[in-house]
Amino acid sequence: MSYALLFISIVLINNFVLAKFLGLCPFIGVSRRRPEAMGMGYAVIFVMAMASAVTWAAYFYLLAPTKANVFYRIMGEGRTPADFDFTYLQTIVFILVIATLVQLVEMFLMKMVPALYKSLGIYLPLITTNCAVLGVALLNIKDFSRLSPAESFFRTVLQGLGGGVGFLLVLFLMSGIRERLDRAEVPPALKGVPIAFICAALMALAFMGFLGLVK
Amino acid sequence: MIQQFPKTLIVGPGPHISGADSTSSIMWSVVIALVPAFIFSMANFGWYAGAVTITAVVSAVATEWAIQRMRKVSVTITDGSAAVTGLLLAFTLPPGVPLYVAALGSVFSIAVAKHAFGGLGMNIWNPALAGRAFISAAYSSALFMPKWPVLSSIFSGDIRTLDAVTMATPCAILQSDPAAIFQHYRLWDLFIGRIPGSIGETSALALLIGAAFLMVRKIIDWRLPVAYILTVALLVILFPVRAADGTIAGFWQASFWADPVFVLERSLAHALSGGLVMGAFFMATDMVTSPITKKGQAMFGAGCGVLVAVIRVYGGYPEGVCYSILLMNTVVWAIDNMTKPKFFGERAHA
Repeated sequence: MSYALLFISIVLINNFVLAKFLGLCPFIGVSRRRPEAMGMGYAVIFVMAMASAVTWAAYFYLLAPTKANVFYRIMGEGRTPADFDFTYLQTIVFILVIATLVQLVEMFLMKMVPALYKSLGIYLPLITTNCAVLGVALLNIKDFSRLSPAESFFRTVLQGLGGGVGFLLVLFLMSGIRERLDRAEVPPALKGVPIAFICAALMALAFMGFLGLVK
Repeated sequence: MIQQFPKTLIVGPGPHISGADSTSSIMWSVVIALVPAFIFSMANFGWYAGAVTITAVVSAVATEWAIQRMRKVSVTITDGSAAVTGLLLAFTLPPGVPLYVAALGSVFSIAVAKHAFGGLGMNIWNPALAGRAFISAAYSSALFMPKWPVLSSIFSGDIRTLDAVTMATPCAILQSDPAAIFQHYRLWDLFIGRIPGSIGETSALALLIGAAFLMVRKIIDWRLPVAYILTVALLVILFPVRAADGTIAGFWQASFWADPVFVLERSLAHALSGGLVMGAFFMATDMVTSPITKKGQAMFGAGCGVLVAVIRVYGGYPEGVCYSILLMNTVVWAIDNMTKPKFFGERAHA
């Protein structure tokens, strides 16, 4: 699969929100107004790409049973790389790495780029616990860990970037729809979050049209 | 608290010119415009197609009645809008579909895609197409037919042997082996509708008669459907395709134009096959879910056309009309924002 197709696939076909149903809390939570939605979308693109790169490094150098594993290099005398297979720790390691990364990024931005920090606001810390970010990290390992290191790293970052772009796209569309829904006479029982979920479901139905676009 | 304006008070910018059109006159005109296609569907597929259509219409109207009673709003089943939804939904279904599937699709269309948003005029997505997409997601086995039936004997004039024959749909052939389309179907058959397909979509002729009626009555505008169909016809020529041997073929090669008549005829076959004519004239033009301005409607049509061409040429489905319109419904708000009319003397925003 070429890089362009990989990107299209993760943005439109295997969209994190509409096809994998990940990251629904920020999707519903901040799709009320367009400027906020855009801010959240940009923050997710940034964090997903960064998290993909960092978790790739953590997996490749700390967890995976390869010759590049740091523990194997230090303590590997008389042992095989298979003795240093820590992949069962990947979920908890990734959560820790992502949370730490987001906090670091937040502190860095607060100090160095206050304007961007202000515009991202509350959304940056919120992403710490965004399942789409953990999802993309785990998916990268599942999809690309068998490729050569350079290839796998490049595809990992591309998939992280594409996941964020897809998230921004549906968040943007959703925010416009919800602004329009403010003027609709939605039944009281469905106002707010319920109608947002119904919108998400119908959007997911519409996005099914892209199925099979990338073989 | 919802502020209720008295119905007789019209709030809006002037000038106020009052027309004779009402919701019910428009909706019943659409029903009349769909009658030729309904009659043709019975001739093409037999009485069961009519049973599917009537089931869908009845269940749409019944759902509308039940929900409006539950919401304690005035019951408006006589305005024909639910009947139109049911008709259009049935027309997108294959003729052999089980009746309960058609009924459930209508329930979804009216209950979820229309009344969850507040009823007529409030929905974001076309209810009939949302129902169709729901059916293809939830009951795909009821829709899946490699070969579609058609009662060809009626046309051959031999009514003694009324056996159905089955064939692959034109859209499926156009996707798998576009060069062979005219070995299976003649262009004239595609226009008349003597082809397999969904209940109401096969006859471009019957649909165009209805569409002409609606255009004369100024209920639909020509820009949207024309932009839609032209975009599809043009893009199926322009899109490069990968041949079986892995090479990429396209319009820039001399060999592509070796038979220019065939290229044009194939593009015309794309325009006439599948649900394109029905989708362009009757579904994309839905007043609620299409853009307000004429310019916006043309953009909407062109966008639908691009999506149909992409799905038909590269996608996983042989047909993309339903999804293309649903996807463009999703961005109608953006089109409306872009094509907002300016006040006299107003300059473009930065």
